[in-house]
Amino acid sequence: MSTKSAGISRRKLRVNPAAVALAPSFILVFIFVYVFIAYTIRISLSKSWMPGLQNFDLPTPWYGTYHDLFTNFRFQADLRNTVVFTVLFLILAVVAGLFLAIAVSNMAKSKVFFRNLFLMPYAVSFIVTGVIWRWIFNPVSGVNLLLKYSGISSLYEKVFGSPLKPQWMTSPEVFGNMNSLLSNVIPGGDSLQAQMGVPIALLPVIFAAAWQLCGFAMAMFLAGLASIPHELREAAAIDRASGFRYYWSIAIPSLIPMAVTATVILTSTSLKIFDLIYAMSGSGIGFSTDMPGIYVYESMYKALRYPLGAAASVVMLVLVSAVVLPYLVRFNKGTEE
Amino acid sequence: MTGQVQSFVGSGKTSRRVQFALLCLFIPLFLIPFYVVLSASFKSSAGADVTTMWKLPTEWTSSGISAAWKALKGNFANSLLMTIPAVVISSLIGSLNGFILSKYKFKFSNLLFTLMLVGMFIPYQTILIPMVRFLQYIHLYGTIPGLALVHIVYGIPITSLMFRNFYVSIPKAIVEAASIDGAGLIKTFVRIILPLSLPGFVVAGLFQFTNIWNDFLFGIVAIPNPTMQPVTAALNNLSGTQTVDWNVLMAGSLIAALPTALIYLTLGRYYIQGLTAGSVK
Repeated sequence: MSTKSAGISRRKLRVNPAAVALAPSFILVFIFVYVFIAYTIRISLSKSWMPGLQNFDLPTPWYGTYHDLFTNFRFQADLRNTVVFTVLFLILAVVAGLFLAIAVSNMAKSKVFFRNLFLMPYAVSFIVTGVIWRWIFNPVSGVNLLLKYSGISSLYEKVFGSPLKPQWMTSPEVFGNMNSLLSNVIPGGDSLQAQMGVPIALLPVIFAAAWQLCGFAMAMFLAGLASIPHELREAAAIDRASGFRYYWSIAIPSLIPMAVTATVILTSTSLKIFDLIYAMSGSGIGFSTDMPGIYVYESMYKALRYPLGAAASVVMLVLVSAVVLPYLVRFNKGTEE
Repeated sequence: MTGQVQSFVGSGKTSRRVQFALLCLFIPLFLIPFYVVLSASFKSSAGADVTTMWKLPTEWTSSGISAAWKALKGNFANSLLMTIPAVVISSLIGSLNGFILSKYKFKFSNLLFTLMLVGMFIPYQTILIPMVRFLQYIHLYGTIPGLALVHIVYGIPITSLMFRNFYVSIPKAIVEAASIDGAGLIKTFVRIILPLSLPGFVVAGLFQFTNIWNDFLFGIVAIPNPTMQPVTAALNNLSGTQTVDWNVLMAGSLIAALPTALIYLTLGRYYIQGLTAGSVK
């Protein structure tokens, strides 16, 4: 009797060793990703959660923290900055990456040199490059000295009558104003306090980010170009297609899957950007270079307003998920064939 | 065959020369920050002024570098103590996972894997509060092992993905032969797969080394004490200090960048393999 029941339970307990070996990793990652996110969402819905004081009471209304967040001048500026930054940075990094990849792939002896040079910044920490770019775009040094040495400054002054002194990251200007347009289009748009335009101070930061990451786009495109069958290029040559025609009708369309991958990864990097801006410009004058990532960090660890920081981090998560989840779902379908 | 190569479109002699000239225009753009850092690092404190940024040192000295090293060496050691164990452990875990996910697929294994991959993309800001509470709970808050643990767990998705893509090229027949001989999953992995995995470890290890060494956010949140923080945090603190000489700050940047830059310069091709192997295609 006892041996029989032991036999049955052993058969029932026979589980897949692959699943058992994968389980510890999965459980750890599950806790660190999903349980932690749920905890943060719960804090974002509390009125006054603090580490020492586990008070999860809801505010009235229950979404009160999010209301405070979206009507906050600084967070509105952050959302504007993150949109402007992402769009301009993506265009710059992907276009430069594509151009560099095409040119590098056509080099013979110098191919490895150029590829390594353009990807080099990607291996260096954002804090390091941020500290360096901070000085290159300082109004009293760097680029402004080059403008002076090269005579561009004096030429500008002769033509326009005013001295050329770009303020770079310390510029308070915001170019353009879309507030009245947005207030008609988005719900609650009439409570927009920050000027919705392109902050001039953001441009050097966008340049530095593209400088650092266009090599990544280039590497992805180079891998894509290498996988185009040689026959296609030979056939194009036999048909006497021009170089432009070959790239426009054959090479670039076949790079689209790579372009999607690079764009998704660069967009998620850009929406999360923190280190580079923290080291290069900080929040800027009038939060002109502030980002949601900095806002979260400072709300939590400087202002000790944990629910507000948690709510801002949930907004970041939603933005990143909107870009990444469709891509991961497609990946999951692809692996199930 | 070589004759045909030249007849490829877009690689004709003139077109190639134009492209070469355009690429050369990009060289200074990419080298400028490296020039600024290197030339300033070898200036003396008296000769280092941001208004003479573009000039080479009038007298070459290593005083800036030794002052920066004195300020950063403790944090540099912290970075090594955090990075090396985290790279080794997360790569080992990733190799086992990658092996299972490519050769021992089971029902829902792809779904579990996709759920894990989400961890690669989330903004880490969203998990900071519970992460600190978790580290406090296991008494590792404010310690380097605690910080390394965080890097290990968030490194599992990317290393699993890299090894999964790596093991796709290992024939399934090898695994099947081992299982006919009666070897279980772990035995097959340790005896047969691990010895074949050195290239995978180089690629995943380099990639993880760069990621973890360059981290800043986890370093400042998981460890509040500045002397225990990694070198990126210490460099940022140095940069915020008004009294630091400019040559010392640039030398500090050089020191913080050196390990990953050296790895990149010597083993760059493995690093580039990692970039494409680590992307969800």
